Amino acid sequence: MFAIYKKEMRSYFTTATGYIFLAVSLAVTGFVFSISTFFNQSPTSDTSSYFSIILFLMMVVLPILTMRSFSEERRTKTDQLLLTSPNSIFSLVLGKFFSAFTMYIIYLVLSSFNFIFLYIYTPETSSPPNMAMIIGNYIALILLGMCFIAIGIFVSTLTENMFASAVITVGALFGLLIINGIGNLFTGEAFYIVRVVINWLSLFARFDAFVYGYFDIGALVYYLSITGIFLFLSERVFQARRLS
Amino acid sequence: MIEINNLVRKFGNKYAVDDISFLIKTGEIVGFLGPNGAGKSTTMNMITGYLSPTSGTVKVDNIDVFLEPTKAKKKIGFLPEQPPLYIDMTVWEYLSFVFDLKSCEFNKKAHLDEVCDLVKIADVKNKLIRNLSKGYKQRVGIASAIIGNPEIIIFDEPTVGLDPKQIIEVRNLLRSLGKDHTVILSTHILSEVQAICDRIIIINEGKIIADEKTSHLNQTLGQNNRFRVKIAGPSREVLNLLKGIHSVTRVTQDGARDGDAFTYIIEYSGSVDIRKMIFTALASKGWPILAMEGVEITLEDLFIKLVDAKGGNK
Repeated sequence: MFAIYKKEMRSYFTTATGYIFLAVSLAVTGFVFSISTFFNQSPTSDTSSYFSIILFLMMVVLPILTMRSFSEERRTKTDQLLLTSPNSIFSLVLGKFFSAFTMYIIYLVLSSFNFIFLYIYTPETSSPPNMAMIIGNYIALILLGMCFIAIGIFVSTLTENMFASAVITVGALFGLLIINGIGNLFTGEAFYIVRVVINWLSLFARFDAFVYGYFDIGALVYYLSITGIFLFLSERVFQARRLS
Repeated sequence: MIEINNLVRKFGNKYAVDDISFLIKTGEIVGFLGPNGAGKSTTMNMITGYLSPTSGTVKVDNIDVFLEPTKAKKKIGFLPEQPPLYIDMTVWEYLSFVFDLKSCEFNKKAHLDEVCDLVKIADVKNKLIRNLSKGYKQRVGIASAIIGNPEIIIFDEPTVGLDPKQIIEVRNLLRSLGKDHTVILSTHILSEVQAICDRIIIINEGKIIADEKTSHLNQTLGQNNRFRVKIAGPSREVLNLLKGIHSVTRVTQDGARDGDAFTYIIEYSGSVDIRKMIFTALASKGWPILAMEGVEITLEDLFIKLVDAKGGNK
């Protein structure tokens, strides 16, 4: 697992992928941050709108990290090297997952410097930033990001084309976002089951507690499970392909 | 060492490998011979655990490849048909990645240096793989297969696309590897297996049609029962004369005319050396022989013979 992790981290920085991911997301993040706080019409230290925009941003940029993952290996046939090496398929999947996750953490750490400025130069019209909320939001971002990465890796096992892989991942994530809204359309007793199922599928419905600074154990378990399920499914794709 | 029992592999409804069984002993160099699409690569991919069989088992050192893949794969070094190279890496980076991937327990630098020297890529080890020629890429692929010193080395068509000089180098390398490894290689070139292998397994349409020692196969096929002869003289009369020689079974004219000379292919049966008879017969008529050579048996001929032989047995 560590060999593949190292190789992936290296390839993020020898190909453009890692730099594009960090540059694009940090640039947009900095812009959004300043617009939503210091340069707001009424300057504020409230960052809730900032975090919801970042969540959307991650839906678009995290697939950049995962699009090559297994697609590229299949296209260049290097998957033959990986799959005939004495490693379990799941450890390969984990290596890919943790390398993308590391890149994501690097982004989160770099972007968190914004808050140091907000802390020092809190707008006069506003109270100091609410640390509980900020930490809550960060935890939520980490958890949701894990799910996005796992979904992205799963999609990349399905296609040899990395652009298809990226587009399908973004599409799938938006699908999950829309599902949240659809669930709310089914009102009344009759649709109770439909609502339950849709809510169960909805990644975003569980985001709220964290946003207000609460720590929701149920949601934590939910996000970890979703991540685990998609990593497991990625492994199954390889097993199935060996048989077909 | 490698034990294959009733291995079957279907793609959809088509049998790529249809119930094959064989045993390869430690230290053998075995050649898989067959035309494209005969099931050679599929068989190799199943031995290395890249594909799962529809039914049947593969055991390496009594370890089932599908039940204990990690243990079995540690014993196998594999070079697929297309070498699995990361073209953005330098040769050294690639080899050291493969070293880590196989979690080898040697001293890394010493082992990789040794492998580089063996396959003669030490001079390009800091170059990007994308900039290497086909021959060097193939050798990097071979290097990655032998990293970790696996007991069994499997090469899928290792000489395809190489120039004649590189082919000779790769063959020499394979022969030297064969001294302390079990080697399986696939090819569709008959002379290649004859040059390298102790044993030949011939596969056609997913089935084994011959499994013999190379020396034995050469004997039974009676390699030199065909000659190509270039004779200056009137073609029809020469043809008749040749046909009249004892134990000649067939004479055909082959190729273009060269001045007043024609080329003939003479087939004969039995173990008599008919070259002298051809000479005296032609000398008496005063038609000079310009060239005479044995025709190497081709894979197609071999196939026809083997299939015929099988039909005859039934």
